[in-house]
Amino acid sequence: MLTRHSFDEELHDLYLEMISMGTCVEESIDNSILALKKQDIELAIAVFKNDDIIDEFEQKIERKCLNLIARQSPLAKDLRTITAALKIITDMERIADHSADIAEITIRMANQKYIKPLVHIPQMAEMAKRMVNKSIDAYVRQDVELAKQVCASDDDVDDLFNKIILELVNLMKSDVGTIEQAVDFMFITKYLERMADHATNIGEWVVYNVSGEHEHLAQQLHRDDRKNNPFVR
Amino acid sequence: MDLATDDNKICTRICTNNLNLFYGDVHALKNITVDMDEKRITALIGPSGCGKSTFIKTLNRMNDLIPGVRITGDVLLDGTSIFDKSCDVVELRKKVGMVFQKPNPFPMSVFDNIAYGPRVHGVKSKERLAEIVEKSLRDAVLWDEVKDRLKQSALGLSGGQQQRMCIARVLAVEPEVVLMDEPTSALDPISTLKIEDLIDELKSNYTIIIVTHNMQQAGRISDKTAFFLHGEVVEYDFTEKIFNKPEDKRTEDYITGRFG
Repeated sequence: MLTRHSFDEELHDLYLEMISMGTCVEESIDNSILALKKQDIELAIAVFKNDDIIDEFEQKIERKCLNLIARQSPLAKDLRTITAALKIITDMERIADHSADIAEITIRMANQKYIKPLVHIPQMAEMAKRMVNKSIDAYVRQDVELAKQVCASDDDVDDLFNKIILELVNLMKSDVGTIEQAVDFMFITKYLERMADHATNIGEWVVYNVSGEHEHLAQQLHRDDRKNNPFVR
Repeated sequence: MDLATDDNKICTRICTNNLNLFYGDVHALKNITVDMDEKRITALIGPSGCGKSTFIKTLNRMNDLIPGVRITGDVLLDGTSIFDKSCDVVELRKKVGMVFQKPNPFPMSVFDNIAYGPRVHGVKSKERLAEIVEKSLRDAVLWDEVKDRLKQSALGLSGGQQQRMCIARVLAVEPEVVLMDEPTSALDPISTLKIEDLIDELKSNYTIIIVTHNMQQAGRISDKTAFFLHGEVVEYDFTEKIFNKPEDKRTEDYITGRFG
């Protein structure tokens, strides 16, 4: 038997907790978009309340990580694993916050007819959700290539984000009665875009955990938001 | 200080070239080639029996005192071989001083302990000796604790004080390199940290090579770390690199404490 087996057990527990938290986060995205599409207020309320559970997960894992650092003096791969976990839970918690934000807007729009059928927003939500799912999968499997794919997908999410925003702006210009809802949909679109950004961050920390290098993968792909962003000249 | 970018300005002070050492038939050091930088702290880590202490004792030819030792390869101090026939071993051990695991004060006063080395090297003037003793004790951060008891026996000092006095004794002969073989392993945690602070201060003037079993100590004070295993240097790099992402799995297993 290898030495430090009780430390290895604690690291394995940490790994299982991260997977559980990731599962909850994916569910929260799924449910928030479903609630939005179906105007299901009960489901939206459940998403909103469920955010507390995910916050507790974050605090629990954070405590575990700090405890391991204090007691076990981790080095090399062990230190990277614990550091990456500390960073990833922050991103996962923010993703869940954005699900709750979307749920809150859904509740606010409860008795309103949507100004337009939801086509691109669910599409964007699906892309963001796939990115989150892949980033957590990459963590579970310690798969660098999968993590890098997550980052590469962020471009597509950003492109769709810009398209939706332009659509909503044009809608507002043509009919001032749509402004209130259009602004809410803009917020939702922004939250989805941020979810994708957080998924990219998770991917970068997976790469760090394996390789020891924390690279900003988006910069590596020479992505320049300003070129494609119609709002920044 | 960013050691990586500062590397161009740092010189090698002491280095080994294909160093091999045999205790009779036992091949204790195998083909060791390392450059140790001037005014930096190099830590030597590795399991018991891996050759760390043998290596460090080779650097000032302490192994000459062991019968049956055979050495091939070379050790260069400022580019000159320490095994050259013209090398004066006494002078070498003045330039390359050593501090041992167990503090070893001589059975004499604190003053005489420090003055011993300079006297052996020909310093006779009382004023000069007093200057050297005070400077050495100040450099070892011990002066304030012993200035009123210089004539009392060094054996009456605490363990941590004795070890700092041994460091002062080495400094009194103005070495260039200071070798330390587990200098704090016999000390309590507070004395250990005081010695570590002292070592950190000393590196601005001396090249320091330290053997340690304490991984956290190596991480705290060293600039570069060499991992020894079965008489070989498995990996040698900046401490940050060794402790964050070692290249060799054997290094990773050692520093993370994984032994099967």
